[in-house]
Amino acid sequence: MTAYIMCFILFLVGLYGVITRRNLVKIAVSMSIMEISTFLFFALLGYIDGGVAPIVDPADPVQTYVDPLPQALVLTAIVIGLATTSMMMAIIIRLYRKYGTFDIREIKNLKG
Amino acid sequence: MNPLIPLFVIIPLVGAFLIMIIGRFIKEFNKYFASLILFSLALISFYFLFTTRENSFVYKVGGWEPINNIPIGIYMVMDGFTAIVVCIINFIGFLSAFYSISYIKRYTSENYFYALFCLMIAGMNGVVISGDIFNIFVFLEISVISSYALVAFGVEKNELEASFKYQVLGGLASFLILFGIGFLYWKAKTLNIADIKGAFSNGYDKTYYLFVQILILSGFGLKAAIIPFHAWLPDAHSSAPSPISAMLSGVLIKAVGIYVIIRLFFNMFYISEGMSVLITTLGTLSMVIGVFLAIGQWDIKRLLAYHSISQMGYVVMSVGIGMILVSRGVRNEVAALAITGGIFHLINHAAFKGLLFLNAGAIEYSTGTRDLREMGGLAKAMPATSATSFVASLSISGIPPFNGFFSKLIIIIAAVMARFYLLAALAVIVSIITLASFMKFQRYAFYNEDPDKKKNSIKEVPFPMLFSMIILSIVCLLLSILVFPGIRELILTPAIDILMDPSKYSSQIIGM
Repeated sequence: MTAYIMCFILFLVGLYGVITRRNLVKIAVSMSIMEISTFLFFALLGYIDGGVAPIVDPADPVQTYVDPLPQALVLTAIVIGLATTSMMMAIIIRLYRKYGTFDIREIKNLKG
Repeated sequence: MNPLIPLFVIIPLVGAFLIMIIGRFIKEFNKYFASLILFSLALISFYFLFTTRENSFVYKVGGWEPINNIPIGIYMVMDGFTAIVVCIINFIGFLSAFYSISYIKRYTSENYFYALFCLMIAGMNGVVISGDIFNIFVFLEISVISSYALVAFGVEKNELEASFKYQVLGGLASFLILFGIGFLYWKAKTLNIADIKGAFSNGYDKTYYLFVQILILSGFGLKAAIIPFHAWLPDAHSSAPSPISAMLSGVLIKAVGIYVIIRLFFNMFYISEGMSVLITTLGTLSMVIGVFLAIGQWDIKRLLAYHSISQMGYVVMSVGIGMILVSRGVRNEVAALAITGGIFHLINHAAFKGLLFLNAGAIEYSTGTRDLREMGGLAKAMPATSATSFVASLSISGIPPFNGFFSKLIIIIAAVMARFYLLAALAVIVSIITLASFMKFQRYAFYNEDPDKKKNSIKEVPFPMLFSMIILSIVCLLLSILVFPGIRELILTPAIDILMDPSKYSSQIIGM
């Protein structure tokens, strides 16, 4: 249970960062923290105390295996996370070239 | 097993790669090839629209057959509701791609544009045909990442800022959805939508279930821009190139937002009354607040973007009324009518909002401005644009005989029959305000005097843009025949049946 609570705290840390930080790069880092907490949650879902890697051994069929599906899901989600993070970084670099600042308070052309 | 179903994902994915590789050597290849791809997809989707009817088709990826009636592979499902949404995606996609042939000349690197466009289509098709909740997430990310890039395609200050906002809120939505999927998997131990419904059939923890529903609703609600989650939409939709705005507003918020909400809440969750009241409230709020935010706008595309929020509110409200009645288990025919109204309005909105954004793009193409105060007198200079946008404005404000009238009429009748008189009255009032704001659009853009007398230089737009606009305006008129008996049973009723019958979807999918 502690692990799940830690994972939730990590999510809140990321959310706090996204809401309060003024620097674009720090917002991107906070997004990554939130993302990692989600991955951690998925990894925890499949974990069983004392479980081993799910490779079936005919000699010893009664072993407890961890659930391999969440691990596959996490791998997929990590690849997607890489794409979103790099996309966001590319946009941040372009924004810096246009505005000359990372401060979100000075980037406010769009209103209303 | 129907081998045509995965083509909806395969064709645009392969097309995107071919455009990037071959487009490098042959200059004109990209634009015609993209249109060709989307035209073929539109043909396949029309084939499915007329053959699906009552039965569902399933494609099992990799050929993994179910064991003891438990599905273990990834399923792709084509049923009545999916066929309608797939049809919208590919048909509007084809017209937008054809429109881009002329429009996109003002930007550089056309190859990237068409490749991203095809990827976005692949993602949306994937979301809609997937029968597996994690695959919905994967395809959703494919389509939204390409739309982040397409919103920023102009790489000017506004575009980049809008794209950044969209990415932060879109990313947050993705994490909420991913958490929701995780919680579902924790209890259900399966990811197949039909199977999840079965897993919860013998009792579940109410609080836990509600928590998952809220997570899923807020995640997809952010993607669909329902009111408390709408902040990114006007910026993103007004900053993108116009054919992309037409795709985002006309298709993307439906395919990855509204469609998934409807599909999951009817076919995966057991509907509870509290949840359906919440959905109806959110829909009503976006319907009312969206239109009030829209009426003060002077930028055409921002005005249209706020109207998207308001019109999506109609769809969500109407489907929500249907849900309330289904959860109470009373008066199923009224519930069916409300859901019919919602889905019919969803189809119509794709046609007229797509057309309006293409019109806005044509105006911007010819005059170089999006501010209504700087236009005027365009009716003489651009007769076809003026006529088509007049059709679209009448459709969206619900004037007979255009399609918007019939869907709004069904929604209002259903609300009255379900005894939600306040909601019916609000729907009428919002419709009148919509009419007012489109009168403003028509008057300032087309009929006013030109403020600085420069209209001699303004010309009508080239053929591909005209073609798309005229076809869509004909579609706006033709769609109203969907309401008549005989044609309604052919197209709308199968979609309603699959949503209304609580066990039909699961039994059809698991049985195959």
